[in-house]
Amino acid sequence: MNDVTPTREQRTAALEGLGCKRKRVEDIRFTQGKGNYVDDVTLPGMLHGDFVRSPHAHARVKSINSEEAMKVPGVLAVITAETLKTVNLAWMPTLAGDVQMVLADGKVLFQNQEVAFVVATDRYAADDGVSKVVVEYEPLPPLIDPFKSMAPDAPVLREDLAGKTSGAHGPRKHHNHIFEWTVGDKELTDAAFKKADVTIKELISYHRTHPSPLETCQCVCSFDKVKAELTIWGTFQAPHVIRTVVSLIAKLPEQKIHVISPDIGGGFGNKVGAYPGYICAAVASIVTGKPVKWVEDRIENLTATSFARDYHMTTEIAATKDGRVMGLRVHVLADHGAFDACADPSKWPAGFFNIVTGSYDFPVAHLTVDGVYTNKAPGGVAYRCSFRVTEAAYCIERAMDILAQKLGMDPAELRLKNFIRREQFPYHSALGWEYDSGDYHAAMRKMMEVTDYAALRKEQASRRAAFKRGETREIMGLGVSFFTEIVGAGPSKNCDILGIAMFDSCEIRMHPTGAGIARMGTKSQGQGHETTWAQIIASEIGIPADNIMVEEGNTDTAPYGLGTYGSRSTPVAGAAIAMAARKIKAKAQMIAAYKLEVHEDDLEWDIDGFRVKGLPEKFMSMKDICWAAYNSVPPGMEPGLEAVSYYDPPNMTYPFGAYLCVMDIDVDTGVYKIRRFYALDDCGTRINPMIIEGQVHGGLTEAFAIAMGQEIRYDDGGNVVTGSFMDFFMPTAVETPHWETDFTVTPSPHHPIGAKGVGESPNVGGVPAFSNAVNDAFSFLGSTHIQMPHDYWRNWQAAKNLGAVAA
Amino acid sequence: MAKTRISMKVNGTEVEGLVEPRTLLVHFIRENLQLTGTHIGCETTHCGACTVDIEGMSVKSCTMFAVQADGSEITTIEGMANADGSLSPLQEGFRMMHGLQCGYCTPGMIMRAHRLLKENPAPTEEEIRQGIAGNICRCTGYQNIVKAIQYAAAKLNGVEFKEAAE
Repeated sequence: MNDVTPTREQRTAALEGLGCKRKRVEDIRFTQGKGNYVDDVTLPGMLHGDFVRSPHAHARVKSINSEEAMKVPGVLAVITAETLKTVNLAWMPTLAGDVQMVLADGKVLFQNQEVAFVVATDRYAADDGVSKVVVEYEPLPPLIDPFKSMAPDAPVLREDLAGKTSGAHGPRKHHNHIFEWTVGDKELTDAAFKKADVTIKELISYHRTHPSPLETCQCVCSFDKVKAELTIWGTFQAPHVIRTVVSLIAKLPEQKIHVISPDIGGGFGNKVGAYPGYICAAVASIVTGKPVKWVEDRIENLTATSFARDYHMTTEIAATKDGRVMGLRVHVLADHGAFDACADPSKWPAGFFNIVTGSYDFPVAHLTVDGVYTNKAPGGVAYRCSFRVTEAAYCIERAMDILAQKLGMDPAELRLKNFIRREQFPYHSALGWEYDSGDYHAAMRKMMEVTDYAALRKEQASRRAAFKRGETREIMGLGVSFFTEIVGAGPSKNCDILGIAMFDSCEIRMHPTGAGIARMGTKSQGQGHETTWAQIIASEIGIPADNIMVEEGNTDTAPYGLGTYGSRSTPVAGAAIAMAARKIKAKAQMIAAYKLEVHEDDLEWDIDGFRVKGLPEKFMSMKDICWAAYNSVPPGMEPGLEAVSYYDPPNMTYPFGAYLCVMDIDVDTGVYKIRRFYALDDCGTRINPMIIEGQVHGGLTEAFAIAMGQEIRYDDGGNVVTGSFMDFFMPTAVETPHWETDFTVTPSPHHPIGAKGVGESPNVGGVPAFSNAVNDAFSFLGSTHIQMPHDYWRNWQAAKNLGAVAA
Repeated sequence: MAKTRISMKVNGTEVEGLVEPRTLLVHFIRENLQLTGTHIGCETTHCGACTVDIEGMSVKSCTMFAVQADGSEITTIEGMANADGSLSPLQEGFRMMHGLQCGYCTPGMIMRAHRLLKENPAPTEEEIRQGIAGNICRCTGYQNIVKAIQYAAAKLNGVEFKEAAE
């Protein structure tokens, strides 16, 4: 025999489990163009739907005439609100407890709102049909500025809400008011401000932007009249939720709805909600008896489905003169557009914005959020962040810099002085959260050391002096950001969507040959779940990751899950995987004990199997146990080896990180250069470092885009002026900076494998780092706060306003 | 609308079809030829997801009519694997360097990189970044795409690939 017994290291490496930079399973098909995305789904006789959309931001719809459209060759139907009323679907409920028009019912409330749905034999004919539908509008005054929403004479947007003095989240103060949400202790906070040596107050706005994944929202709906079953292929981040929503609003039995999310070309929060296109395609399929495809184009995507942010945050901090924070007061004016279609857990109208105390030990805080209607597209999705966490992180991180400036302190020093200390965890924040774990000082100090922060500040000082002497026209900014995220929604005690608790799930079924399949309630949109989920199982039960197939996105086969968004997959589903694997392992131990003829307690786990304590030669591998599970289980035990776990997390997880952006800005042109960007992330246990780094690169690039130019902007008439990739900033490889990544590891104490989630951290922490860099660059010229996005033109404007450039 | 007969060579195979004069090449490729690896991301020539190789040039097939491609020779992502079905150096590079996440931009990105390496077999990082500036990726931040292309260039040039330090 030539066999060499593999070492423990070799056996561990063969599993490609936790911590392994395992290459992705998905890439084999994606690099060959063999992915299967929704628009790749073609069914016999399939029809195509396309929308007639409103050119007006606010108008009464006087009439819709589809006579000419119906004469277009290939056009089979034109669906309007009147058609939808016959099946009670002209309006649909939103995830936020509001209702939304599926097709314009008497009025349009934002530009590009869906007015009619033309169904034709191909996409060209549908488009021809759209151009022939004649809609008569009576324009009404548009309401675009959220600060004017609650003016006494503001136009009434939502006539359907006339007389309703309360909504899903309590009383309404005005006809354009949606909700007021209050957290914290007002009296104690007011008292802290009275006692404070120093206070700051600033309106910090986070502009409206859009997730804009490269694949737009789309679906194929196929209704089988004989079986009365509806199958929907769609770009859904949460397929089970879509199934339940469709069942509830279309009154179809849930077992007769099959929702399939095939490969998804990026989501970033855009693909959580239910959109009119899905409803119209489903109704069109029921009406015509044929499958109907709806594919959004890019302009539709940017202007009609799910904007993000649009938070206007008046922020105040009270502090002592030596820089200790005493209280935080924030009022948010939240622009929700025409319908409140935010994709938040149902009881959270402003998401988890109450994480706004950030990484700092604020003794008291008080927060109010007013949501208002405007004539803009609905949405308010979590664009690569847990619900409203990026707004909160931007708010506090900008405010801490403003405070540092007022105190004449270094922003990093101010943060170090006020961080929650390691020994304070689990930490109860003034606004009600229990932070699970962290070592903020260590992360911050590592960032300062690696980047040689002190030397950068010295360089900045000498360059400022040179600028003042007229020797250079370039200014230098250091953007410090230290964020704490709150992800992994969430515990059933406070998180649900339409009454369904926000658990997640995993079902593992092992096959006789030592292979297996894991089915999940989550749905990857590029996160690489097929790769990483198998790694968790590999480490838990000692079967190589290559032998585990991961399946997601089919509601008929997957256990019910709440889907992938808000960095919840690893904290919630990742835990479900470990728990299901542990059930497998527990049964495996009983089988091994029986086969090795010892008591279970006499066995110990050893990488890929069980060993009898003290008798190293008596070993049974997991692979052999899988075989035994199908032919020789202990008497009385059921054969087979499978388990399912529905995991209700006991708490959220709180990833954190320390970022630094070094930027130079030419005051005469506003052109900036990102000289260096360093990102230290602590996401607890690291499952696949290669994928984590990839997530950080991608999230930072989106943060860069948002902070430096990416905006959904409306003119005074309510026209979207950034409705294509020509005007909506999409960084290419040329503009995108080089990213430096680093990490510390502080495991979550309540997660089975200690993982916290990472996908959204770089967006949450990145935006304030960029914005603080710009603001830091200009601060010595006398500015305290410059609003995002910081594109060249706005930088030049800022320089001009500060007198650095001749007007 | 009246249809026109067109023929072309796609991935080495002669194909033909009937199209309207307004039919976009990307729709002809995806729907008539059922080669769905070529994607549509913006329909305004900005994102590059629809990039194919036509007569030795990178072309965004969402902004070309199918009739304009009549008689030409086209390579799509489906024609990129090695003859034995294994991953080509570029495809392998994207996998090894984690140059993709959702995979939606990947076919266009690989097609553009393929032509870039024909134009410039040993590009610098700066030349790669400029060379793929017509292709948008929303997931990766490009850093690993640059490495993937460097990996493929090294392999095609028969030299050892050295990954740059972070």
